[in-house]
Amino acid sequence: MEILIYGIINSVQLVLMALGFTLVYGVSRLPNFAHGALYVLAGYMTWLLVNRVGLNYPLSMAVALVLTGLIGAAMYHFILVRVRGMAISEIIASYAIGLAIIEGLRWGGLKGGTFTLPSFVEGSVSLLGVSVDYQRLIVVVAGLILVALLWLFVSGTKLGLGLKGMAQDEQAAMTLGIDSDRMAVVSMAIGSVLAGVAALVLLPLGSIVVEAGYRVLIMAVAVCVVGGLGSWNGAILAAFIIGFAQILTERYLGAHYQIVVALLAIIITLVMRPSGLFGRQKELEERV
Amino acid sequence: MSGEPLLRVEGVSKAFGGVLALSAVDLDVHTGDIVGIIGPNGSGKTTLVNAITGFIKVDHGRVSFKGHDITNWKPHKIADMGLTRTFQVMRPYYSLPAFKNLIVPLFSRRARRTGGWRGGGKMGSRDTVAVDILEEIGFERDSYVPYKVASSLPTGYLKRLELARCLALRPEVVICDEVFSGLSMSEMASMVPLIEKLQMEGITLIMVEHRLRELFRLANRVVVLNFGCKIAEGTAEEVMAYKEVKEAYFGSEEVLTYV
Amino acid sequence: MSVVKQDRRKERVDRGIKVRTDGVYAVSSWAEITYLLLPRMVLILGLLLAPVVLTAFPYWQRVLSHICVYALLAIGFDFLANFVGLVSLGGGLYIGVGAYIAALLNSHYGLPPYVTVPVATLAGAGLCTVILLPCLPLRGVYFAIVSLMFPLLAPRIIEALDIFGGTDGIVGLDGFPSGWVEQYLMIGCVLIAVFALRRMVTEDVGLVFRGVKDNDQAVKASGIDITTYKALGVFIAAVLGCLAGACLAHIYMWAGISQFGLDYSIIPIAATVVGGGGTLIGAVIGCVILVPISELLRDFGTLRIAVYALILTGFIVYKSEGIMTYVTRKYEQFERWVEI
Repeated sequence: MEILIYGIINSVQLVLMALGFTLVYGVSRLPNFAHGALYVLAGYMTWLLVNRVGLNYPLSMAVALVLTGLIGAAMYHFILVRVRGMAISEIIASYAIGLAIIEGLRWGGLKGGTFTLPSFVEGSVSLLGVSVDYQRLIVVVAGLILVALLWLFVSGTKLGLGLKGMAQDEQAAMTLGIDSDRMAVVSMAIGSVLAGVAALVLLPLGSIVVEAGYRVLIMAVAVCVVGGLGSWNGAILAAFIIGFAQILTERYLGAHYQIVVALLAIIITLVMRPSGLFGRQKELEERV
Repeated sequence: MSGEPLLRVEGVSKAFGGVLALSAVDLDVHTGDIVGIIGPNGSGKTTLVNAITGFIKVDHGRVSFKGHDITNWKPHKIADMGLTRTFQVMRPYYSLPAFKNLIVPLFSRRARRTGGWRGGGKMGSRDTVAVDILEEIGFERDSYVPYKVASSLPTGYLKRLELARCLALRPEVVICDEVFSGLSMSEMASMVPLIEKLQMEGITLIMVEHRLRELFRLANRVVVLNFGCKIAEGTAEEVMAYKEVKEAYFGSEEVLTYV
Repeated sequence: MSVVKQDRRKERVDRGIKVRTDGVYAVSSWAEITYLLLPRMVLILGLLLAPVVLTAFPYWQRVLSHICVYALLAIGFDFLANFVGLVSLGGGLYIGVGAYIAALLNSHYGLPPYVTVPVATLAGAGLCTVILLPCLPLRGVYFAIVSLMFPLLAPRIIEALDIFGGTDGIVGLDGFPSGWVEQYLMIGCVLIAVFALRRMVTEDVGLVFRGVKDNDQAVKASGIDITTYKALGVFIAAVLGCLAGACLAHIYMWAGISQFGLDYSIIPIAATVVGGGGTLIGAVIGCVILVPISELLRDFGTLRIAVYALILTGFIVYKSEGIMTYVTRKYEQFERWVEI
């Protein structure tokens, strides 16, 4: 029972971490390797706003999210747009920006002492005999709400439909009058906000550490690669597979192996089935 | 034609997702043949070429070459046996001079074994062999054409370069995927004798074509594909007489422009 | 040729050698020979004299060894990325494997460095090639992602299984007999690697490698197994990386999990981008520039990673041709404005 509940929680955490990454990749084929950095940055900005500027917690969160979105959009608009289409340069450039943010934070901000964000609601509740704190429940609820909102946004609004069109066929979308650069900026902004949301819900569970930047990136990449890059259903399914696999390994092998599971999942998936669980056949041919 | 065919395709099927791109296609090719494969767009011609040369894995069926079962072999092993192909979308090494494009095939095991086209066993400098091959195929040796960067060559030369790449392997069978498409009338006029020359050299050819007029001059047997099925086979006159062929292919306006 | 105004354009004219085609020169005077040899000699003599010049600064001599370690990695990265088409973001894997093999041979079997280094180089390269073999059919982004995973995975496994000294690593290895041996060994390796690879990529084998990168379908259709050549390419890059790793283990007299670290993955990439991808020498120049910067910033901790990540971003976005390509162009051609 404990495994089931913690498995679900862990899987939803992974979904949260991966949503932004998969959205950006799905829409603009841009592997945003700065995803983890944005995650840490959002958390750190909230901490700053609460503890240094003195805003109240909800307002700080809102401001931090908006800033993260702007940073993501600016990153695309000023830097990444110049290397669009060169897959390797995209990776290297976004990874380098991410590194600069993470290592810059490590040097200039996040050092000495611990940095924590308060839980939204303190306390815990007993679920089917397992004690779960409220924050973890909020994580699950937030995950569900986000996925639902995103789904509504993509299938219900004009902007969302534009993103979907881009995701399916960029050139066809362009001929229909969808501005691909604008859409890519929007997707980067939303993706960054999603990274921020993930940070704000997940960080109260622990403290803000820069290493989380790398961990979140690895997890997001793992989930997306296993699920099939750019496929949302695949990402969610993969998050559950990896999520449960991690809880099981933690239980029976030790916490050390948690990240090993994710890395092995990537390697095995790419070698056995390069397009991922839900990847498309066409992509497969381009790739292998 | 009698005796064991050089290349035999038996009941080859391939589905992409739900679409059946090839369904149980049979094809026999004998030494010295020029076999034409025609069919409307999307009828599975290029898929058949890819299936024979190992560029896609077939779902069912068998491909055998010189008595060996080569079904789903890797492309390079099939090429090594002497069954080569050109690509419909030309794939030269754009940044290299034309003759340097032939270095790669000349570097292969088969070329080293056979000495390249015309090579007598031992090969001299690969550059020399490459220019020799290009000359045979219509690049004027003393002009600067063989030394020009491939990206600056016109389509006609690129198509020849594709053929030259196959010939560098000293092949037994060459599958030409639309060598005539995109050529001007004069380029086409010089391509036809080239193909005839290759046949006289003893190379068996399979030609996938849209240009029926040139193809019918060359091919001694024509196979018609439609929606992945073989709907007719025979000489040019015979296939033209098939009702299904007329419906599938010649019923359209194309018959007026091409024949 | 960039058009700036409508009535003027920039024209580039070759200079120096009168008769030449791509890489083939007809040399007709001492001036031309000097012109050709000068840049090469500056690099070779510069590297060879550097240890002597730096005699008074032992710390910078050590930095020189680091430059060479990174240069070997960067050459391998450049070769693999720009001539074979495999972008391997995990240079740390080669270093780590090379270092650990050398360390194990030295500490468990007592073999001296002149045995462990060659053995670790070849065995490590073989091992890395085998590890990466299943990933070779992957392209572009996918190969990059997987190759990034291996050096992240290796330390976790070593940590979790607590093998090879666990988090402490293997300590107390033999050093090189003297600093001079160390420096000249490293410099020699770098020079040999750079010029041998530059020669190789223009030979016929090099064309096959470039074919694998640009045009793998046509290479397959030419009867050549691309996996063999990709594996060969990885092996060559791994030889350089493992050599660097093995030497590094003996330089530090220690092998540990930090040798799978981020530095060894990111600096070679940054150096190649800064120096100019596809030139091989550019990779070395990039290291000569970046590694000392990184050493100067050592006091600022991880800020140095942030700094060269920014340098890397700047170059890849705004000056993607890199220093070497730029300088070569300036050296071989002069530009002038002409009226149209």
